[in-house]
Amino acid sequence: MSQVLVVTSGKGGVGKTTSTAAIGAALALSGQRVAVVDFDVGLRNLDLVMGAERRVVYDLINVVQGEAKLQQALIRDKRLDTLYVLPASQTRDKDALTEEGVARVMEELRSHFDWVVCDSPAGIERGAMLAMRHADVAIVVTNPEVSSVRDSDRIIGMLDSKTLKAERGEYMEKHLLLTRYDAARAERGQMLKVEDVLEILSIPLLGIIPESEAVLNASNVGCPVTLVDTDSAPARAYLDAARRLEGENIPMVVPADRRGFMSKLFGRRAA
Amino acid sequence: MTIFNFFKPSRSAPVARDRLQILLQHERVSAGASDLIAKLREEILGVIARHVDIPADKVQVKMQRAEAVSTLEVEIELPNPVRQRRKEDTEAAA
Repeated sequence: MSQVLVVTSGKGGVGKTTSTAAIGAALALSGQRVAVVDFDVGLRNLDLVMGAERRVVYDLINVVQGEAKLQQALIRDKRLDTLYVLPASQTRDKDALTEEGVARVMEELRSHFDWVVCDSPAGIERGAMLAMRHADVAIVVTNPEVSSVRDSDRIIGMLDSKTLKAERGEYMEKHLLLTRYDAARAERGQMLKVEDVLEILSIPLLGIIPESEAVLNASNVGCPVTLVDTDSAPARAYLDAARRLEGENIPMVVPADRRGFMSKLFGRRAA
Repeated sequence: MTIFNFFKPSRSAPVARDRLQILLQHERVSAGASDLIAKLREEILGVIARHVDIPADKVQVKMQRAEAVSTLEVEIELPNPVRQRRKEDTEAAA
């Protein structure tokens, strides 16, 4: 059965696109057919993070408006042949996305893929609404920081009222993905703890992604972190999160990057 | 700042948690209220429209919050002359 997953947050810069790429790739690693869809019209970036930026010919808007077929716009990943990217348009604006057009494309995507992962734009406007509209499951990406938690709370309210599932009176499944977490700082009382964020937002936890250099390294080379540096702490955290999405029961841990002796000695970064 | 502050960093996270809890408690209530107002407005309009021709924007619902009680203000502007729907229309609409 096909599942539509929205990756959303309200606030920008918390890791929606990184998480979409990492989880999409992690789901595809187990042989499932996955499409990652960029809804950030005008500011597309999923293609870049996935390393497919030079292969974009048609985009989501072209398909929504009937100017291209879905198959023409989907870009197959070079590393995993069950992973596809549907890029957003860089030149058009979000008004080009029509409610009916998006509904048609989502229906078609459902018929071809096991997972359709929608990367939502930041904000609570039309683009974000359309990205979550058809979702069966939502991942709320949150940083352990006050403004991100507040915006996530707002987005949770929208997921519970503005999605098709909510309008049908069904329960909207939501999961918290806590990103850029620093367990040591949380322990010192300088960062909200996992438990604090969970208590405030009261949705189930999908994973804790530790702050790590591996994330930037991955986007630098245009590869999901779960494919390029599979042993890194965030990759392991994302791989676990993807397995939890598939219903597996995996104990929650905060993976740590394995550090060499020298970096342990001198590697304390200024924060 | 004394030398002791250097060894004992300030614990700001509990402050963040408390501020968020207070803020979100308030914001969740007001978000719920705006939904309530929208629903009330829609239903009030529905009831009136069953009997009188009325443009949708002529029903205003406002909520005033106070410590002890909140008041709901409903303002309905009927166009002159009031055009009452005929009985059969009323039954059809009902």
